[in-house]
Amino acid sequence: MEKHMRKGTPVLKIEHMNIRFTQYDRGLHQRELPVIRDLDVEVYAGEMVAIVGSSGSGKSLLAHGVMGVLPYNASMGGTITYCGEPLDKKRLDKLRGTEIVMVPQSISFLNPLMKIGPQIRKGSKDPEKKGKLRNIFKRYELKEEVEDLYPFELSGGMNRRVLISTAMIENPKLVIADEPTPGLDLKVAKRAMTHFRELADMGAGVLVITHDLKLALEVADRIVVFYAGTTIEEADCADFKQEETLRHPYTKALWRAMPEHGFQYIPGSQPYVKNLPKGCPFGPRCSQCTDECRGEVPYRRFQGGMVRCLHAAETEVSE
Amino acid sequence: MKWSVFIAKNFGRMVLLVICVSIVTFWLMKLSPVDPLQANVGQVALGSMSQEQIEKLEDYWGVDEPPVQQYLGWAKDFIRGDMGTSLVYRQPVTEVIGEKLSNSLILMAAAWILSGILGFVMGVVAGMNQGKAIDKVIKGYCLLISSTPAFWLAMLLLMIFGVWLKIFPIGLSVPIGVEAEGVTIADRIYHAFLPALTLSITGVSNIALHTREKMIDICGSDFMLFARMRGEKGFRLFQYYGFRNVLLPGITLHFASISEIFGGSVLVEQVFSYPGLGQAAVNAGLGSDMPLLMAITIVSALFVFGGNLIANILYGVVDPRIRKGGAVK
Repeated sequence: MEKHMRKGTPVLKIEHMNIRFTQYDRGLHQRELPVIRDLDVEVYAGEMVAIVGSSGSGKSLLAHGVMGVLPYNASMGGTITYCGEPLDKKRLDKLRGTEIVMVPQSISFLNPLMKIGPQIRKGSKDPEKKGKLRNIFKRYELKEEVEDLYPFELSGGMNRRVLISTAMIENPKLVIADEPTPGLDLKVAKRAMTHFRELADMGAGVLVITHDLKLALEVADRIVVFYAGTTIEEADCADFKQEETLRHPYTKALWRAMPEHGFQYIPGSQPYVKNLPKGCPFGPRCSQCTDECRGEVPYRRFQGGMVRCLHAAETEVSE
Repeated sequence: MKWSVFIAKNFGRMVLLVICVSIVTFWLMKLSPVDPLQANVGQVALGSMSQEQIEKLEDYWGVDEPPVQQYLGWAKDFIRGDMGTSLVYRQPVTEVIGEKLSNSLILMAAAWILSGILGFVMGVVAGMNQGKAIDKVIKGYCLLISSTPAFWLAMLLLMIFGVWLKIFPIGLSVPIGVEAEGVTIADRIYHAFLPALTLSITGVSNIALHTREKMIDICGSDFMLFARMRGEKGFRLFQYYGFRNVLLPGITLHFASISEIFGGSVLVEQVFSYPGLGQAAVNAGLGSDMPLLMAITIVSALFVFGGNLIANILYGVVDPRIRKGGAVK
C-alpha cells in the first residue's frame, strides 16, 4: 500500500542501472569495476527524492550516467525512462540543459574565466533571459553586481545560490542535485536544500544525491538508501520517525547512528567495489545474515516502500 | 602606484640580469684561447712587429690589466653607449647590431606570429579531438618536426625550393647586384620567406603540443563536464569554455618561446647566408670579435627577458584571477 499516492508517470524512472569501469590491472589484464551494480529509483513531478549513501559509494556517477557524460572507460546498463519514454542519446541531447538539468556540487564546475551572469545565461544576450536571471537573483537575494563577478570572487554562501540559478534559468522538469551541501554549515546547508524543495514545489521532479541523511529527511519526500553500489531501501521520510517502520538492517543501523537515536554504530565499513561479498553487500556486517543472503537478493516492494533484504519482517506499527 | 612598483621591480631585475650575463660572457671569453692582440692586428702583422711595438700595443689596449679592471672599463663605455668597434665588420658595434637586428626582426617576427597562430590552432584542434585521426596526424607531425634539427630542415627547404624548383633565392636578404636604394620591400620578403618558413615549421610543434596537452586538461575539467551537462556542444564548448582557458597558458608559452626562435635563427640564418643577428653571432665567435659577441649576448638576453616580461604583464591583463585578485588587496 502506497502511503503517498503518486500520480501519472514518473518524470524519471531508473531500473537496474549499473555502471562499470574498465581498468587495466596488471599489464594488459583488464578488469571491470562495477561501481554501481543495481540501482532503482523513481522521481515524480513535484516530488523530491533523496539518494542517501556514504562517501565513495559511487553516487555522483549516477548523475553523470543520467546526464550522459560518463568517462570513456565507463559503460552503463539498465534502463532510464524520462516521462514514460526511454531516454536515449538523441533524446537526451535535446533535453539536456533545458528540461533535464543538473546542479553540481561546487563552483569548480563553473568556467573560471567567464562572468557569472553570462555563464548562467550560457552566453545568451536575449533580454528575456536577462530579465529572468534578474528575477532569480532577486529571489535568492543575490545582488545584481554578482552577474559581473567571476566564480573565484563568490563567497561560500553565494556559490550555492549561483549554482542553483543555472537550473532556475531553464524550465526544468527534472533537477538532479549532486551533493548540494558539502562543507557548508548547517544554516547554509539547510537553505540550499530548501531551494531545491522550492523547485519541487514549483512542479519539477528533484533528485538529490547526498550523504546527509538528517538534512535530507527535513526536506525530501522519499529517501532511497544506497549501499555499496546498490539501492537497498526506499522509504517515505515518515518511516524514519521510528526504527520499526524501516525495512533494511543497514537503514536501521543508520537510524541508530543518528545523534538523537543514541549514536550507536556497527563495526566494519562499506566494502570497496573490488572486493564485494557475494549476494547481499551488507551481509558481512549484518546480524541477521543467513546462507540464503549469499545468493541473489531481489529488490522488492515491501510495506509501502522497497527493500533488498530477504529478512525484512512485517512489523505492526501503531502510529 | 602599483604599476610603478611593478615596473621598477622588473627594471631592477633586468639590470641585474644584464650585469650577470655580461660578467659570465666576459669570463668565458677570458678563459677562451682568444689572444686579443692577435685578433686585433692579425697574425701576420703581429709576426712582423718588434717586441717594443708589441709591448706598446699591449699597453695601449690594457692587455696586462687584471680582468676585473678590463671588465669595468668595458662596462663604463657600454653604459655610455659605446659598445666598441667590431673587428669582423670594422664598424661600431652599435651600427652592426642595428643593421643585423632589423634584418633578423623581420624573420623572427614573421616566424613567431605564424608559429604562434598555427601552433595554437593545431593544439586546440588536436586537444578537442583527443584520440581521433586528426589528433594523431597533428601529434605525429609535431613529434616528427620537434625531433628534426632546424638547420637540417633549412637545408631541405633550400634544396627543394631554392635549388630544384628555383622558386626562392638560395640565400641572402637582398638580391645580388642591386644597389641598396633599388631593393624593394617585396625583395626583402621574398628573401626572408624560406628562413621564416623554416623557423615557423619548427616553432609550431612546441606550441601545438603544449596547447594540446592543456586543451585535454580543460576538456577533462569539471567545468567542461558541467557545460556539456547544460547542453553545450560543438564549437560553443570551445568558444565559451575552452578558448580563454587555453589562451592563458598559450600566451605565456608563446612569449617564452621567443628565446627558442632566437636560438633557432642562429642556425637557420647560417644555412641561408641571411645577414641577421644570428649569423653575426657566429661570425663574431669565429672571428674572435669580443666587443660584438658581448653586445649580441646582451641584446639576446634583453630579448628573452622582454618576452617573459610581456607574458607576465599580459597574463595579468587576460586573467581576472590575477588582475582582480591584485585589485582587491
